[in-house]
Amino acid sequence: MLNRRSDLPLKGDATSRFLPWLVALMVYLSAVAVAGTFVLAGLVSRWDHDVAGTLTVQIAPVPGEAGEMLTDERVRQAADLLRRSTGVTAARPLDKKQTLALLEPWLGSAEVVKDLPLPRLIDVTIDPDSRMDLGDLADRLGQSVPGASLDDHRIWLSRLINLSLTTQWLAIGIVLLIGGVTSATVIYATRTGMAVHKSVIEVLHLIGAHDDYIARQFADRAFSLGFAGGLLGVALAVPTLFAIGWAARRVEGGFLPQLSLSIAGWVVIALLPFAAAGLAMYTARLTVHGTLARLP
Amino acid sequence: MRHRPRGEHIIRFDGVGLRYGLGPEVLQDITFALPAGSFHFLTGPSGAGKSSLLRLMYLGLRPTRGRVVLFDKDIALTKRYELPALRRRVGVVFQDFRLLDHLSALDNVALPLRVRGVKESEVQKHVPELLGWVGLTEQLHAKPSTLSGGQKQRVAIARAVIGRPDLLLADEPTGNVDDHIAMRLLHLFEELNKLGTTIVVATHNEAMVQRFGHHPRLHLEHGTVQRVS
Repeated sequence: MLNRRSDLPLKGDATSRFLPWLVALMVYLSAVAVAGTFVLAGLVSRWDHDVAGTLTVQIAPVPGEAGEMLTDERVRQAADLLRRSTGVTAARPLDKKQTLALLEPWLGSAEVVKDLPLPRLIDVTIDPDSRMDLGDLADRLGQSVPGASLDDHRIWLSRLINLSLTTQWLAIGIVLLIGGVTSATVIYATRTGMAVHKSVIEVLHLIGAHDDYIARQFADRAFSLGFAGGLLGVALAVPTLFAIGWAARRVEGGFLPQLSLSIAGWVVIALLPFAAAGLAMYTARLTVHGTLARLP
Repeated sequence: MRHRPRGEHIIRFDGVGLRYGLGPEVLQDITFALPAGSFHFLTGPSGAGKSSLLRLMYLGLRPTRGRVVLFDKDIALTKRYELPALRRRVGVVFQDFRLLDHLSALDNVALPLRVRGVKESEVQKHVPELLGWVGLTEQLHAKPSTLSGGQKQRVAIARAVIGRPDLLLADEPTGNVDDHIAMRLLHLFEELNKLGTTIVVATHNEAMVQRFGHHPRLHLEHGTVQRVS
């Protein structure tokens, strides 16, 4: 396809100079968008997996002098109830020191924090395959242990996942938009090429060339240019993605989750030059057919 | 080449009219039929519509009215994808040659074979042979820009006949050559005619028509066929 003989002198066209650069830019942007989509999909999957088998039970602190002892007793009751429940594989109460450690990034380690009436937490691990009735468990906890409440993380997780999914769809939309712009560019370039080589096309048409014979020559050229541009775009995108990954790893404090691109993501990025070339070839072919259909 | 019995019509025009855009009719009520294996001169003064009539005959234009029947196919009723097969049976020598400047003489002549998907080994065998026959052995790989008017004309003729057409249309084929070459070309067309090709030569060279006066003529004037003799 890259070396098929052509009767049309397409190699010297102006499109040969600008189309690869345009496709390179489009593929570069697509590669970044595709990488973003896969990184977000990986994050969502990891969050989902990490919290799918966990619950948190919160016990409200009891005020007063004997409050601490009473709170400890409630924590013990709740942990016992949880361990007896079907589907719970572990229930680990966090002591006050561990709770303070969780709050330290936000509230600091000042002495005053230690005197605050902090709720106590129980980290519960459940069997992900069990079909637990979390509503029933929450009711039983509430009835047996005053001030106990159950959080299965689903609300914040679903909001986070929604945000990620929206961003992913946005990235997919951007890739489609880039595809549309690439197609429009190829249509323009092909029509320009046809206008420049009108007399050659007419001769081929009049000596009995089928439309596809002419369209194939434009399509082959568009494929070559699209593929060259696509390779250039990916060659520019790969260092960019490594640079983003490196910058993300440098952010301290675990503020950002670990950003990594899966093998599937790299495969899709590696396929982008072929997709760009295929899109350019198909668009050029359709454009030529559409234009030639107006000839007698 | 599909030889037809002489006498059967290879092309027929019934009440054909042609206008460009919204302009006046350049051809009006053209009615004639050319028998297979015939040789006609298409004559008439400049601007009479000879080139337009030829364009209708090689399917470079569609008539605005009337009926064109080529190789028993009514063009108005023929599907678009069937037209290339009809065009391949028509060889055309254009007035301005219409050679592709970026291709060598060999590649120009090879075009009709290549669009038909003829094997490259066949192309490389037949095209140099034909170019040798028209005296261009030394110019096989020359680009049209380096050829003289007469050489270009011979390349154009070779391209028109390489596919062994049933119908050969030549638009002023002797316009750019001296009398000696003009005579050779006309004799070449007569040879092809003897092999069964129907020939139409458009010209306003009255002397040449007189010299080959044994062929009938189709005379156009003011966009209408004045006589077929």
